[in-house]
Order: sequence, then C-alpha cells, then structure tokens
Amino acid sequence: MSPRHRQMATEALHENETLASLKSEAESLKGKLEEERAKLHDVELHQVAERVEALGQFVMKTRRTLKGHGNKVLCMDWCKDKRRIVSSSQDGKVIVWDSFTTNKEHAVTMPCTWVMACAYAPSGCAIACGFKQFSCLSLPSSWDYSGLDNKCSVYPLTFDKNENMAAKKKSVAMHTNYLSACSFTNSDMQILTASGDGTCALWDVESGQLLQSFHGHGADVLCLDLAPSETGNTFVSGGCDKKAMVWDMRSGQCVQAFETHESDINSVRYYPSGDAFASGSDDATCRLYDLRADREVAIYSKESIIFGASSVDFSLSGRLLFAGYNDYTINVWDVLKGSRVSILFGHENRVSTLRVSPDGTAFCSGSWDHTLRVWA
Amino acid sequence: MSGSSSVAAMKKVVQQLQLEAGLNCVKVSQTAADLKQFCLQNAQHDPLLTGASSSTNPFRPQKV
Repeated sequence: MSPRHRQMATEALHENETLASLKSEAESLKGKLEEERAKLHDVELHQVAERVEALGQFVMKTRRTLKGHGNKVLCMDWCKDKRRIVSSSQDGKVIVWDSFTTNKEHAVTMPCTWVMACAYAPSGCAIACGFKQFSCLSLPSSWDYSGLDNKCSVYPLTFDKNENMAAKKKSVAMHTNYLSACSFTNSDMQILTASGDGTCALWDVESGQLLQSFHGHGADVLCLDLAPSETGNTFVSGGCDKKAMVWDMRSGQCVQAFETHESDINSVRYYPSGDAFASGSDDATCRLYDLRADREVAIYSKESIIFGASSVDFSLSGRLLFAGYNDYTINVWDVLKGSRVSILFGHENRVSTLRVSPDGTAFCSGSWDHTLRVWA
Repeated sequence: MSGSSSVAAMKKVVQQLQLEAGLNCVKVSQTAADLKQFCLQNAQHDPLLTGASSSTNPFRPQKV
C-alpha cells in the first residue's frame, strides 16, 4: 500500500470510530432522556382532573354561514377586532368577511393558485397569503401572475374602491416548496412561515429579508403556532415526519421535540397559558403535550373516530378543544378529562381549518364544501 | 466525503440530545395540577364554555 493510500485508510478508520462513538453517545443520551421522562410521569392528566365537575350539555350551532368561495376553503384567520375573518381557497380567492353581517369586504383572486394559508396582521390593516402555484399557459399575458410560486405575500387592506388590492402586494417569503402556513408575529413587521420544503422561516416584511431559518423536520412542515406573547419567543411546528417541534425564534434552535403521533400532524395550537400545546393528526387523534413535563399528557380519541383531525383550537380557558375532522364533523373535547363533550354536524365535506375568535365568543370553521361556518 | 458528512450530521444529533437532556423538567402531577388550575380560574370568562347569554354574544340571536 502506498503511503497516500495508507493515510486515507487510516483516516477512514478514524471516521468510522468517531461515527461509532457518536452513535453510541446518542443512544445512551436517548436512553437517559427516556428514563428521566418516565420518572416525571407519575400521574395522568385525567386522574388529576377526576374531581373536577363534569361539563354539562353544550348547545352550539352554526350562527353564520359564509358563502362565496368557488372551491375548497383551505385556511382562515380572525382579525383582532373579533369580527373580521380572512379566508383562502383552492380557487385562488382570498376574501375578507364581516362575520356579523356576512358581507364580503375585500376579495383578491390569484389565477392558477391554491391559496394554502392566510393570516390577518395584528393591526388589522393587512393580510398575508401563502401560495402553491400551478403553471397556466392559457391566461391573458396582461394578468400579473408572475412569481407567486412558493411565496408568502402581504396585501395592505384598503377601502379605496379605485385601488387594486393585488397591485400593492409585497412578496415576503421564498421557500423551495409550497407554503403551508403563515403567521404574523406580535407586529405587522415580521412573518413566520412553514413550508413543504421541511423548514420554517422568520421574515422581515418591509425588506423581505430572511431573519432566521428553522431546520430539523424530516419532511413537509404543515402547521405552526406562536406562543402567547407572555411566554416568550417560541413557536411550535408540526409536520409529515409525525414530529411536533418547539423552536427558539432568536437562535433558530429546536428546544423540544415530540414524536408520539402515528401520522402527519396537520395542526398545532398553544394552550392559552403557553405551558402546553395541542396537535391534530391524520392518525385520527388529537394530543396534548406539556412543555414543562416535556411529554404527551393526554390523547383525545375514540374507536369510532377513524378520520384525520385537520385543525384544532382551544376555548379561552383551555377547558375545551375544538377539532375539525376529515369526516366532516367537529368534535368538542374536555381537555382535562379527555372525554368528548359534543359532536357538531353541518359541513358537507372535510373541515380543513378552525379558529376560535380572539374574545372566545365563537369559533369559525372552513371546509372543502366551499363554505365557512361561525359557531356559538 | 460521505463519511465526514455523516459524522457532522451525527454530531448535530448528539448536540440536540444534549440540549434536550439539559432541560429542567417538572413532574406531571405538578404541571397537570397547574393546567387544571388555569382552566378553573378562567372558566367564568370563557363564553363558549359558559354559554354566554344572547345579550353579550354578538353571534347569538337576540331574544324577542
């Protein structure tokens, strides 16, 4: 063997030893983590809630139906004014509604585009939309449908009838695959996005600059939620890798990860205190993860529920968890006791999105049946 | 080349696990009690839970 070959062989041997020792270190750390987590698991949530008074019968009905989309509703968000709603659809339309009167206040249409995600800015003066664009060769070239692919755009809302809402859009985020979710942070100035490219990212709206990126998911990221502002700068994301990950927004570091779901996580939402979060998954269950105990503490499931949960949100006190499912229903769960307290019928196709209003007086669901419903 | 990138990837995995192992975790009996407490304390301010009356809920029909 030549000296050069001997050197390469020795280096390869060192690398193999390093890889082997790192692997065994990883295994032993994993073992320790499981041991520590098991020690803390001294009781179940529903046991602690045994003596809590059971909830009575719920009368929740559809109070408003919002009709106007021409295809599946994919996403919706409430304005902080507790009355306006923005919704987006597979027909490329984004509509802003007054939920009290059901009037449409604004509408934008993007041709050949699925508007996968939409969010209201905290000021109420703008909305953000995340796209997945398809090529369209037969449209007039005068339409501006350029560069919508995999982007998140911010549209200022104007009541000037002469202003074309689409003309003032700002392209903010750029991913290498579809945008699945977007959310403003505490101000109109920053946007958090989740993408089919497996990453999340934080952007400056004014400059479009990437401020921080979050790598760690092993597949498409489908959802995200920001921690309530009092609890600091973190957010949780869920993905097709069955993982829910909690991130530090400043460092880009994953601080906690949970992998107990058996399929894609479609929705994640923080508990109002910020100490826990819920998830909804294609495995037909919703789960509650406690951040301080660093483990799953409740599963919301029934043998009769076999379709995926697409979207979840808490009532104001965190006692109720509303979950929309692919079997067209909405199940209402007692978060503490783990039991279902109500099942709501009305939608005529999958429920794809669900959010409780900012003051907790109602919740809105969007569906593949082209409509949105406000329940109270 | 593939050798050194698996070592780098493995190092990241170990670093992440070390980070997670360093967390100060609390017993479920304590955290669950806190979750319960939060629910109970805020229950009366939860309109969907209490079924707020028509006069205060803008979505519910007015009583004639």
